[in-house]
Amino acid sequence: MTYNAGHYDVIVIGAGHAGVEAGVAAARMGAKTLMLTLNLDMIAFMPCNPSIGGPAKGIVVREVDALGGVMGKVIDKTYIQMRMLNTGKGPAVQALRAQADKALYSREMKRLIENEENLTIRQGMVEELIVEDGKCKGVITETNAAYYADAIVVTTGTYMRGKVLMGDLEYESGPNNQRPSVKLSQNLEALGLELVRFKTGTPPRVNSHTIDYSKTEIQPGDENPRYFSYETTEQIVDQIPCWLTYTNEFTHEVINDNLGLSSMYSGMKRGTGPRYCPSIEDKIVRFNDKPRHQIFLEPEGRDTEEVYVQGLSTSLPESIQHKMIKSIPGLENAEIMRPGYAIEYDAVVPTQLWPTLETKSISGLFTAGQINGTSGYEEAAGQGIMAGINAACKVLGKEPFILDRSQGYIGVLIDDLVTKGTNEPYRLLTSRAEYRLLLRHDNADLRLTDIGHEIGLIPEERYEKFLEKKRLVEEEKQRLKTIMIKPNDDVQKIMEKAGATPLKEATKAYDLMKRPELNYSEIEQMIEPNPDLNDEVKEQVGIQIKYEGYIKKAVEQVERMLKMEDKKVPEDIDYDAIAGLATEAREKLKKIRPLSLGQASRISGVNPADISILLVYIEQGNIARLAN
Amino acid sequence: MMETDTITAISTPIGEGAIVIVRLSGSEAIQLTSEVFKGKNLQEVDSHTINYGKIIDPETNEVADEVMVSVMRAPKTFTREDVVEINCHGGMVAVNRVLEMLLSRGARLAEPGEFTKRAFLNGRIDLSQAEAVMDLIRAKTDKAMNVALKQMDGRLSGLIQRLRQDLLETVAHVEVNIDYPEYDDVEEMSHEVMRTKTKEVHSEIEQLLQVAKQGKILREGLGTAIIGRPNVGKSSLMNTLVQENKAIVTEIPGTTRDIIEEYVNVRGVPLRLVDTAGIRETEDIVERIGVERSRKVLKESDLILFVLNYNEELTEEDMKLFEAVKGLEYIVIINKTDLEQKLDLEKVKETAGDRPIVTTSLLKEEGVDELEKAIADTFFSGEIDSGDLTYVSNVRHIQLLNKAKKALEDAIEGIELGMPMDIVQIDVTRTWEFLGEIIGDTASDSLIDQLFSQFCLGK
Repeated sequence: MTYNAGHYDVIVIGAGHAGVEAGVAAARMGAKTLMLTLNLDMIAFMPCNPSIGGPAKGIVVREVDALGGVMGKVIDKTYIQMRMLNTGKGPAVQALRAQADKALYSREMKRLIENEENLTIRQGMVEELIVEDGKCKGVITETNAAYYADAIVVTTGTYMRGKVLMGDLEYESGPNNQRPSVKLSQNLEALGLELVRFKTGTPPRVNSHTIDYSKTEIQPGDENPRYFSYETTEQIVDQIPCWLTYTNEFTHEVINDNLGLSSMYSGMKRGTGPRYCPSIEDKIVRFNDKPRHQIFLEPEGRDTEEVYVQGLSTSLPESIQHKMIKSIPGLENAEIMRPGYAIEYDAVVPTQLWPTLETKSISGLFTAGQINGTSGYEEAAGQGIMAGINAACKVLGKEPFILDRSQGYIGVLIDDLVTKGTNEPYRLLTSRAEYRLLLRHDNADLRLTDIGHEIGLIPEERYEKFLEKKRLVEEEKQRLKTIMIKPNDDVQKIMEKAGATPLKEATKAYDLMKRPELNYSEIEQMIEPNPDLNDEVKEQVGIQIKYEGYIKKAVEQVERMLKMEDKKVPEDIDYDAIAGLATEAREKLKKIRPLSLGQASRISGVNPADISILLVYIEQGNIARLAN
Repeated sequence: MMETDTITAISTPIGEGAIVIVRLSGSEAIQLTSEVFKGKNLQEVDSHTINYGKIIDPETNEVADEVMVSVMRAPKTFTREDVVEINCHGGMVAVNRVLEMLLSRGARLAEPGEFTKRAFLNGRIDLSQAEAVMDLIRAKTDKAMNVALKQMDGRLSGLIQRLRQDLLETVAHVEVNIDYPEYDDVEEMSHEVMRTKTKEVHSEIEQLLQVAKQGKILREGLGTAIIGRPNVGKSSLMNTLVQENKAIVTEIPGTTRDIIEEYVNVRGVPLRLVDTAGIRETEDIVERIGVERSRKVLKESDLILFVLNYNEELTEEDMKLFEAVKGLEYIVIINKTDLEQKLDLEKVKETAGDRPIVTTSLLKEEGVDELEKAIADTFFSGEIDSGDLTYVSNVRHIQLLNKAKKALEDAIEGIELGMPMDIVQIDVTRTWEFLGEIIGDTASDSLIDQLFSQFCLGK
C-alpha cells in the first residue's frame, strides 16, 4: 500500500544536468517543486568526461544562463581550466569550454538546490507514474510513497534499464555502478510510450601519479579566462592543464587482436551507439589507415588523482584495457583506477513529444535530457530548463514556451528531436543550426534575456544591467556612424600596424570597422574613446558592425522561416480528411502532429505540395469559421 | 511557400498556340516587368490595359521579343494581387529568355497550381472550390514530378552530384575544424584552398549555364525521330538540321557531348533528335527492333520525320512504316527531288491524309526552309502537346544554377575580404543546397553523414 507523501505543483524525477535545471526553473517560476533522485551524492554528476562546453554545446550553456538557468554559474565557480575555442575563426563559432572539477561541481550544485526556495529534494526511486484519464497525476516510489503533482518531468538519463558492458561481463546498472531504473522503464512502456535502446561509453580513468607527463604535450587553459554566466565576475586564476598523447601501432594491434572480446564487437545485437562518440574499437575498425589517434588526459578535479583518458572509450575486457593503456606514450606505467565500459539504456522516441517536451499521449508528463535520445550534459541542461519552464507554465496556467530555430541552439535541438527524431544518441553540432551566425556565444544574452525575464527567471537587477548593455551597444553603433575618420598620420600608422591598406579618404568609423583587419580596438584609437563602455559592449559593437551584411542575410532567412512558423496547424486537424495528401506525408503528419506549417515542412517525407495542400485545407477551415 | 513574393510561370500550354503568356503575380509583378520592358512606363499605365512594347535584356540590350503586356492591379485580378501577363510571340526560346530575365530579377518560379492557390488564399475563389484547388495542386505536382524525372538528364544529374560531393567534402572539412578544433588530423581549411575549390566549381557552373544559354542542354526539346528505309537520306536530314541550326558542341569532357549533338533548334522549336546514333548507322528502326517495339519508340516521340525517296517506288516497307506512324504526329519528307521521279505522289498523299508533306533535295539544299516551316507550324498550330511543364522545369534548373553561382560568388567575395572560414562556408553551403534542389536532394543530414564518414571524430 502506498502512503500519501505530499502534494506538489511539479515533480522532477532525476537530479542530473537536465533534472537540476528543470527543478530550479520550475521552483523559481513559483511552482512548488519536488526533485527525486536515486542518490543524493550524485546530483549533477558527470559520469563521463569532466568538461562542459565546446562548440555548439558551450553556446547552449550560455543560452541556459541567459534564460536564468544554473549550469553556467556553477561551472564558473568550479572549473579547473577554461578555454575559448575557435578564437581564430568567426564570432559565430567561438565557444567556451571548461574542464570541471567533477566532485566540486556536484557539491556546488547540491548546495544550490538545497538552498532553493520552493524546491524540495529527496532521495527515492520512482517506479510508477500515476496516470488518470490520460493525465499524469503523480509518482510512486519503491518505498510506497505517493507524491502528487499535475506536471511530472522525467530526467532519468541513461539509468532506464541501464546495462553496463565490458568484454563478456554485463550487469544491470546505471552509470558508474549506480542502481538502474528498471520498473519505471517498464511502466512507461505499459503507458504506451515507445522506447528505443541506445548505447554510449566511457574510457578508463588512470592515476595521475603513474603518468609520465614528460612524454605528452601540455594543453593549458586561457591566460584570461572568460565566463559562461553573464553574472559571474570572478575568475579562477589557478588553472590545471590537460595533456595530449597518441595511440600507436601497438595500441591498434592490441585492439585488433582482441576485437572479438569487445562487447560491441562480439556479434551480439546491441543498442545504437553515437558516431560522434565512438569507442576506440570503432575508430580502429572504421579508420584503420589512421596511424594514431589523439588521447587527451583530463584531470577530474583538484582533490583527486583520477585522470580521464579522453579518446579511449571502450567496452574491451579489463585485462585488455590494461594492455591498451600501457602501449600509449606517457601511460606505460599508468594504473587504471576505473575501467572503461559501454552502457546500454532505454530512451523515449522523441517524436512522441510536443516541442514543449510534454508527451503527446500523456498530458502533464514531460521528458528531458538523455532519456530523449540525446547525449551530453549541455544538451540535457538545455532540455531540462525548457521542460521545467513548460511544466511550471502548465500548472500555473501560463502559455507554453517554445524556442524556434533562430533563437537558440536549444530551439534547434528540441525541434530536431521532436520533428525528425534520431536514430542514434543526438549531439549538437554547429552545422545543425542553419542560422548559426545569429546563434553566437557573444549574443546569447541579447537573444534570450528578455524572454528569461518575462518568464520570471531573470531577476530585476540583472535585467537592468542587461538593458543598460543593450542601450550602450546601440548608442555606440549610432555614434560610430557620425564620426568621420580622416586619413592623417596617426590613423595611417594604426592602419599599417593592423596590416590594412592606408586610408584614402575620410570614412565613417562605422564603415571602417568593416575592414577585415580592423577591430573595435583599432578604431577606438582613431576616435575619441567612450569611457562608458566595457569590453563586452565593445566586442558586441565590433561584431555587429563587422558582420552586418551576413547577419542581415541571415535575418532575412529567419523572417521567411517565421512566416511559416506563424501559420498554426489546428490541434484538432484530421489528416485523414485531407484528400490530396500523399500517403507517406499523411502518416508522418499523423505521428508528429506539427504545431505549425513550418514544423510540418521540416518533417522528412512531407514535400512542398503536401504543405500547399495543408495550407489550403487549414485556410478553408479558417474561412468557414469566419463565415460562421 | 512565401505568400508575398512575386511568382511567375508560363501560363499557356507550350506548343499549343502562337502566343505564349508569361504570367506574374505579386507585389513586385509590375515593377519587375517594367525593368525589362521597353515601351510605356508600366508603373504608370492604367490598370487593366494592354501595352505594346519589347522585352529587352537590360544587360545586353538585346531584344528578346515583341510583346503585348497586360497590367492588372490588385485587387481586381485573378489572384487579388498585382498581375502582369506578357503575351510573347517569338517562340519558345524567346519566351524562355523572358522568363529567365524575370527570375534573375527576383521573381520566383511558381509552384504547380500556385496561382490558383493564391487566388484561393486571397479569397478570390470560394470555399466550395477549395477541394478542387487541392486536387489541382496534387495533380499538377505529380505531373511536374513525372516530367522532372523524365527530363533529368543522367549526365546532368551526375555532374551536379559530383559538384555537390566536392562542395560537401569542403564544407565537412570546415565543419570539422569548427566542431572539433583540437582534431589534429586535418589542417585548417585555408583561404587559398577554399578559393581554388570555389573557383573550380564556379567555372563548372558557369560552363553549364553557358551551354544552357545557347538554348539547348537543359532544355528537353521535342522528342523527334527520323525514320525511313535505308538510303532515303535520313542521315543527310539529320546533318542538315544540325548544320543549319548549329547544334551545340560542348567542351565539358565526357559529360554531355553525345546528348548535346542531338539538340537542334528549328525556328524557336527545340528538337531532340531521338536515337540519332541508330540513324547514322543507316539502319532502319523498324527492321532493327521489330514493328511492335518500334511502334512503342515512335509513340514516345513528339514528332516523327518520315523520309521517302522521290527516286524510288513505294515499297512494302514504306507502307509498313506508314502503318507504324498512323495516328502519330509526323511530317512526310520526300527527298531526292534532284533525281528522277519514281514515287507515286498521289498514293503518298492519300496514305498520309492530312499530314504535312514536304519535298526536298537535301543534296542541293532545296526545300529545307519549307521543312523547317512545316516543323514550326506543326508545333505552333497546337498539334503537338509536349507537356506544359517541360520548359518550366528547365528554366527552374537554370534559375537554381544561377542562384548557386551567385552564392559561390558571395563566398569568393568573402574569401577576398578575408572573412573567417565559417562565414565563407555559409555561402558554400547555400551553393550546395541550390544544386541539391536541381536534383531533388535537399536532405540536410548528408553533411553530418559526410562529417563522420570522412573524419574519425569523438572522444
